[in-house]
Amino acid sequence: MSNDPIHQFHISKLIPIEIGGLDFSFTNSSLFMVATAVGAGAFLYLTTSSRGLIPSRMQSVSEMSYEFVANMLRDAAGTQGMKFFPLVFSLFMFVLVANLFGMFPYFFTVTSHLIVTFALALLVIGTVVLYGFWKHGFGFLKLFVPHGVPGLLVPLVVLIEVISFLSRPISLSVRLFANMLAGHITLKVFAGFVTSLSAFGAVGVAGAVLPLAMTVALTGLEFLVAFLQAYVFAVLTCMYLNDAIHPGH
Amino acid sequence: MAGSIGPDETGRSGSGDQGGDPRGDDLDKRRRALEAAIAAKRPVPANDGKDPSTGGLNGIGYALRLSSEFIAGVVVGAGIGWFIDRFAGTSPWGLIVFLLLGFVAGILNVLRSAGLVAEHRIRKRDAGGPTKE
Repeated sequence: MSNDPIHQFHISKLIPIEIGGLDFSFTNSSLFMVATAVGAGAFLYLTTSSRGLIPSRMQSVSEMSYEFVANMLRDAAGTQGMKFFPLVFSLFMFVLVANLFGMFPYFFTVTSHLIVTFALALLVIGTVVLYGFWKHGFGFLKLFVPHGVPGLLVPLVVLIEVISFLSRPISLSVRLFANMLAGHITLKVFAGFVTSLSAFGAVGVAGAVLPLAMTVALTGLEFLVAFLQAYVFAVLTCMYLNDAIHPGH
Repeated sequence: MAGSIGPDETGRSGSGDQGGDPRGDDLDKRRRALEAAIAAKRPVPANDGKDPSTGGLNGIGYALRLSSEFIAGVVVGAGIGWFIDRFAGTSPWGLIVFLLLGFVAGILNVLRSAGLVAEHRIRKRDAGGPTKE
């Protein structure tokens, strides 16, 4: 049924591949991930290829995205954090372009699947943990022991801090996934109202104006959310990287 | 942060008060020490370090963050509790204890992302740096 609001998240195998009993099929999700990476890369490459001293309109878009992420990272993690700029910028562009691609009708939204966003979040947290241990050794574990806690409370506080740390990849991935999923379902449901109401003759068509207006408004909101979620994802990545660079003293 | 304020204030008020009585200078010094101590204790609102043009975005970003931070804490706590129960056979105590701990961790997450709890001492010095420039 074309009116099914969940149908847009259906994964279909485009090229079935099976290696050793595991499913490695190239799906529509994979296709859009490739499209996202290629789209973002091509945009940045083509717009900056002229290297104008006075940037053209598109070149300044690329430069703005660079400045935006660079400032965000410098504010959150200091100049030492700039070595992570490639990671943060790639994540930001991937999530942003994937979210924006999802706004095209009939396009698949990569970030509306929990496993994709969770993989991205694990990449971030994995980097934080590995870099933290590599840079500070076991001093990284000081992250879990705040200052000035009475000795008796330390085990409890450490336990709470560990749970708080473990909840980061969950909140990072669930936030992005849930916002994209809910937004797209809402859009589809309201758009579905328009067609179902129009079936009731003249009165229905008149009434269908309301959900139509709502759909238009929601589309605008979804564009905002698409950008905001990419921004929040990048900001939190910067904050977590800051923990790896300077664990609490 | 305290470090970057200190020298400035010393330079300004020190030269102004030199003509006055020594007790006033002492009081001044103590007041500065107190100010520095308060500044060190107070968490820097995370908005401060950001460029002003992204201020509105930050607000909406926070709104979107808070609920998921809380839920993630509870979910992770419950998950750990369930896991412990399953493998140590302590049902239902692991779930009960860790659900409560997860609740606490969720509250901590929310307060932290709202900037109401000082996160790590080192971060403030770092976040204060770019603002001063």
